[in-house]
Amino acid sequence: MTFDYHEPRTLAEALALLDRYGEDAHLMAGGTATVLLMRQGLLRPGHVIALRAIDELGGIAHTPDGGLRIGAMATHRAVERSADAFAYSPALTDAFGSVATVRIRNQATVGGNLAHADPAQDPPPMLSALNATVSVRSSRGGRSLPIEELAVDHFTTSLAHGEIITEVILPPIEPGTRETYLKFLPRTADDYATVSVAATLRFAPGGTIAETRIVLGAVGPTPIRARRVEDALRGQPVSRARDAVDLVRDEIDPIDDLRGSAAYKREMARIWTGRALAQVTR
Amino acid sequence: MSTHRVAFTLNGDRRELEIAADRLLIDVIRDDCGATGTKLGCGVGVCGACSVLVDGELLSACLLPAVFADGRRITTVEGLANDELTPLQDAFIREGGFQCGICTPGQLIAATALLAEQPRPDAEAIRSWMMGNLCRCTGYYGIVRAIQRAAGPA
Repeated sequence: MTFDYHEPRTLAEALALLDRYGEDAHLMAGGTATVLLMRQGLLRPGHVIALRAIDELGGIAHTPDGGLRIGAMATHRAVERSADAFAYSPALTDAFGSVATVRIRNQATVGGNLAHADPAQDPPPMLSALNATVSVRSSRGGRSLPIEELAVDHFTTSLAHGEIITEVILPPIEPGTRETYLKFLPRTADDYATVSVAATLRFAPGGTIAETRIVLGAVGPTPIRARRVEDALRGQPVSRARDAVDLVRDEIDPIDDLRGSAAYKREMARIWTGRALAQVTR
Repeated sequence: MSTHRVAFTLNGDRRELEIAADRLLIDVIRDDCGATGTKLGCGVGVCGACSVLVDGELLSACLLPAVFADGRRITTVEGLANDELTPLQDAFIREGGFQCGICTPGQLIAATALLAEQPRPDAEAIRSWMMGNLCRCTGYYGIVRAIQRAAGPA
């Protein structure tokens, strides 16, 4: 690790540094991932730009319309313990609280998590099931994108160089919606998931399923939205859930690794998607 | 490589150091400050041996850039006892909360953070919080008992 360290106090300063050093610069949020990648030699930036001193990137609060804004530099632990986040969705605070250990959650940030784009992380599937958008700034202006468009491959995002994630915006949740986050951990409690499932679901007045979003983690190069399962459920009674769940096997793309074979993960994805649906249709 | 002037307190003592950008807190605490109570275990933030308190928050010193310590208050195992052991340290001795001792500084720091946040945790809350501090000797029973003893009844 040989680099110059910069600690800008404003977003404008950080963006100027990113432009000045170009591809030789790397952002550091909490540092849990960046420090490890640099120590392993997988990342060798000439300039590290730390975002920790930029106040405008912090904070977690309700938005006026009943949604939630999470600043990019909010730690996982801050989300886990936020009264506003819990009031918005206990499944959201559950998902953040299920990450690794309290030490990691005290250091790792929401924006850093999203930029790292490890497909086995807990927050992205839950944020995706809650229909989050991600706000991004560069020296040329700002944009926001649906969280589903952020991760494009293992550890790869659609962000251009010079862009910084500033916040995550969660829209208001329709009344009557239920949410859950389930994480299958056959090894140790602080591990990454073998399969994780985030689900939201709302019934129509007649008892059929009006809307559902189901997003799986750790079973593909990015979080994967189970669109075929969702389509098979919309407008249907809950009795259709058992058949619909089988469709998840063909929507995911798991790999063999130390957390299980691809075939095993495919089967576990079916089982845990069924369990998630059982939770949100109870 | 840039160097940076950082000032922090380590167990109440003010430290001011000029450090390179790539230094990690674990190395600065041990090598520059001579406080070797904090141990380097896995080096990847998993085992908990390097647990320290930064402004009272539990963190892995092996993952924390030392420049992040600027202006902050660091507590390591050396900072727990004054003239007497803390109730938690005493309980670790009485309940057999350690054997070889390598993980013990991290266990004590993690448990101190737990009791600061939840003064009366039940056994499940203790296991959940301490899950990130690995021990190869005790089977964890002594550690959980020690924390329960220090906390008093849940």
